[in-house]
Amino acid sequence: MTIGGTVRMSRTGKAFIVVLMVLFAIYFLIPVYVMLVNSVKPLAEIRAGNMMALPATFSLDYWARAWATAQIGVQPTGLRPYFINSIVMVVPSVILSTLIGALAGFVLSQWPVKHSKLIFGLILFGAFIPFQTVLIPMARILGMLRISGTTRGLVLVHTVYGVAFTTLFFRNSYAGIPHELVQSAQVDGAHFWKILTHVILPNSAAVMTVSVIWQTTNIWNDFLFGASFGGSRGQPMQVALNNLVSSSTGVLEYNVHFAGAMMAALPTLIIYLVSGRYFVRGLMSGSVKG
Amino acid sequence: MTSRIRLTSDDLMARLVLLPAIVITIVFVYGFILFTVYLSFTGSRILPIHTWVGFENYVRLFRLDHWYVALRNMGIFFVLYIGIATLLGLFLAILIDLHRFGERFFRPIFLYPMAISFIVTGTAWKWFLDPGIGLQHVVRMWGFTGFTFDWIKSSEMAIYTVVIAAIWQVSGFVMVIFLSGLRGIDHGTVESAVVDGAGYFQLYTKVIIPQLAGSFLSVFVILGHMAIKSYDLVIALTGGGPGRATALPSTFMYSYTFQRNQMGIGAASAVIMLLAIAVIIIPYIHSQVKEL
Repeated sequence: MTIGGTVRMSRTGKAFIVVLMVLFAIYFLIPVYVMLVNSVKPLAEIRAGNMMALPATFSLDYWARAWATAQIGVQPTGLRPYFINSIVMVVPSVILSTLIGALAGFVLSQWPVKHSKLIFGLILFGAFIPFQTVLIPMARILGMLRISGTTRGLVLVHTVYGVAFTTLFFRNSYAGIPHELVQSAQVDGAHFWKILTHVILPNSAAVMTVSVIWQTTNIWNDFLFGASFGGSRGQPMQVALNNLVSSSTGVLEYNVHFAGAMMAALPTLIIYLVSGRYFVRGLMSGSVKG
Repeated sequence: MTSRIRLTSDDLMARLVLLPAIVITIVFVYGFILFTVYLSFTGSRILPIHTWVGFENYVRLFRLDHWYVALRNMGIFFVLYIGIATLLGLFLAILIDLHRFGERFFRPIFLYPMAISFIVTGTAWKWFLDPGIGLQHVVRMWGFTGFTFDWIKSSEMAIYTVVIAAIWQVSGFVMVIFLSGLRGIDHGTVESAVVDGAGYFQLYTKVIIPQLAGSFLSVFVILGHMAIKSYDLVIALTGGGPGRATALPSTFMYSYTFQRNQMGIGAASAVIMLLAIAVIIIPYIHSQVKEL
């Protein structure tokens, strides 16, 4: 129930609330508006003109340049190879971390395991650590495994540091499945895997969605690991975008930068627009019990 | 008897599928942390070495100007980021909760910045706050030729632009936490306050906000650990500059470990970051898990 439903507000009051919300909406939308309109304007128009104005001359050239020919570091490859790197990195990491977390979450919530609260707490702490404390040993391990500077290395990194989040999601979701359901399946003679596939899995659609969306967004948006372990060829999209924007020598091509930033933002923005409800659930799990 | 044997093999299977998460946590979280703590007591420079130097790295760390700049910036950022984002997020939640359009139309708009990366946010704000082409330029073109807003180029003020961009990104998240808190309010108390003729200000400050203590705690813990971990946004927005004016502990750690080859000192700074986060997070996890 909302407070608005309880306190009968006057018409003027309600109008005032809407005006305030519209003003805040403008504030939140301005940065993306600025990126969008200036990504299709010629450079001269940005410099001479007004950043807030709609383009006088419209062109998709700068999107094409950001995608295919812009200078990233020393290579004029555009962002395309790095966009592909990110996809190749995200898909296996999301699947692996979700699977490991789903199994752990099931056992921790539905199976009598000694010290399950302690184990859960210790796993959960991994979701909050500053990754600066693991960078040095991780660099060593990736070097020893000969996968530093590769997308495979980043898959390992994102899988292991995603497990804390996915375990949290699944443990909390599966804790809501009545114990009686699992117990009666056991009485009927169902084994571990049968319970998992016949009792738990049919109740997993929502939490799977939450986990996949959260992990995809988080891993797509990561910068620190990508910058530390991506090398020059394995670097993901966010690292390439930062290289594009910060290392430009000569003329600063703001329009190309904005087009690149939009490309880095669009995948997660689209996911958010399509399934914002699940994104919110993932966020709320961050406060453990919501 | 047979059922006991079956249960045992199932119990074994349960432990087996739990194992990956446990092994990952032991190796990649606690093992790695221990290794970093160990390195912080060695004379490691470009590569890890095993010469024990005791607390020397910590002593040297706290004598460094660069570290003081990072700590001072973290202090400013921590207080303003948490303070302003909490107030703004609470205000947005109250607005949304008061109007039936709020939840459907405005919540998604207020929250979407959380779906995009710090690098994108940093890029957008970097050029939006650039005096040459951004806000200052625009306002001057509107006729206010004396308008100046060049914080991002100023060593003294640049850290506040990091605060501005970070608040823009996180306020919607804070709003969502408070919204769920508002949904748990006892409406009996709200109704009786309305019957008693309480105005809106009194209704919120005396009746509603005091019932949101749990949400305030969640917000503080989440924003607190996010503040200490902040890295990407500063890199994209200011690159830690001008000079090292917007250095944070995270950028300090990276630069000392991987660019200046002072791994021991870098490890020591990472350990300090971990301790700061542990102080906030461990009591929180403890209280939450205990209640499960």
